[in-house]
Amino acid sequence: MNGGQDIGGMDGFGPVQPEPNEPVFHSQWEKRAFALTLAAGVAGGWNIDMSRFARENRPPNEYLTMSYYQIWFAALEAMLKERALVSDDEIAVGQALKAPKPVSCILRADDVARVLYHGGPTERETKTKPAFKAGDRVRAKMMNPVTHTRLPRYVRGHLGTIDRVIGCHVFPDSNAAGAGENPQWLYTVRFDGGELWGADADPSVTVSVDAWEPYLLPA
Amino acid sequence: MAHAHSHDHDFHHEQGSELSEMQLRTRAIETILLEKGYIEQAAIDELIETYEKKIGPRNGAQVVAKAWVDPKFRKWLLEDGTAAIGSLGFGGRSGNHLVALENTPSLHNMVVCTLCSCYPWAVLGLPPLWYKSAPYRSRAVADPRGVLKDFGIELPKDTEIRVWDSTAELRYMVVPMRPAGTEGWSEEKLAELVTRDSMIGTGFPKSPKDLK
Repeated sequence: MNGGQDIGGMDGFGPVQPEPNEPVFHSQWEKRAFALTLAAGVAGGWNIDMSRFARENRPPNEYLTMSYYQIWFAALEAMLKERALVSDDEIAVGQALKAPKPVSCILRADDVARVLYHGGPTERETKTKPAFKAGDRVRAKMMNPVTHTRLPRYVRGHLGTIDRVIGCHVFPDSNAAGAGENPQWLYTVRFDGGELWGADADPSVTVSVDAWEPYLLPA
Repeated sequence: MAHAHSHDHDFHHEQGSELSEMQLRTRAIETILLEKGYIEQAAIDELIETYEKKIGPRNGAQVVAKAWVDPKFRKWLLEDGTAAIGSLGFGGRSGNHLVALENTPSLHNMVVCTLCSCYPWAVLGLPPLWYKSAPYRSRAVADPRGVLKDFGIELPKDTEIRVWDSTAELRYMVVPMRPAGTEGWSEEKLAELVTRDSMIGTGFPKSPKDLK
């Protein structure tokens, strides 16, 4: 979706403000929002692409004025409610009022290290052959889906070069919608700064994105 | 996204009431999830402890220091980051598919995630606030030299800058150039020079005199 998350190339946000000796979390509730999101994801059974869509799927003015963990937490609440794991009346009183729904898996403390070390690999076996090879010229498709996608607006319609054939990976556009993993060939595609930003662009800069085959056209 | 912290005191006060609202909301959800048996309290504590104390940029610093002293490891790291980094025991969540990018005198790499906050947790821990915030995400791809200036860094005009927007599940880390004057140093000592920002591409390693 063309939401508040897709901000590559926007102006006016001001300078980057590095924080010396920054703590990992800035408050106690951020710690809880972070850990609850990871743990509830195990019970809730949603995937990373569904989580990302739940975070970005809000009015851009909200997205851009909420803090990072406020967005995470709002998405967590939304996903829990969507699956009827938690209800509004429970949130209002801050306690469980209904019997729990059966869930397939719960994250136990003893499993945390193992689960994190396993992570979530997204490469999949395939019998298909990649349509492109390193060095091929490609054009990023012009597309504006209202659903989740990982092709940023600033490269759409632009010419780039395949840097590398990465492998066949879970396709977020399908996975976020609950339509299955639908693995597709994934490439690193490099664009010249001038192609993306015009004649005034710094000629020493190139930018790459990792793009799935359905995002690309031969050029 | 808004910065959650600010050096502006008025803004800080305003955030105060918002933070307590967030405390109440997170506590409500935590209580409900615990009561329903969807989460285990000890697992929540273990997750926080892991990312506060166990997984952080010291992991990545070990990778870089090893690449600086061991040419065979360096070659492996650049060809197959996931396997080479995995041999040191790092990988998994936000690090299942790792790519190491080597800086040279003529090439500087810089990593961003314009669409969210993708970051190589397995080697760098959780990202700093600036990495997740709009100023960096918006400008890193359009004006990387301007962003580097915000970090107090200026590169020669003819240095090529490659920006890597992490739009898939590949996680990128930069292997900065080894500082001069470190000949014969041990991996452990070299690792002390490797900063988090030097592995994102928004900083350089410390120089030997910074350690004294």
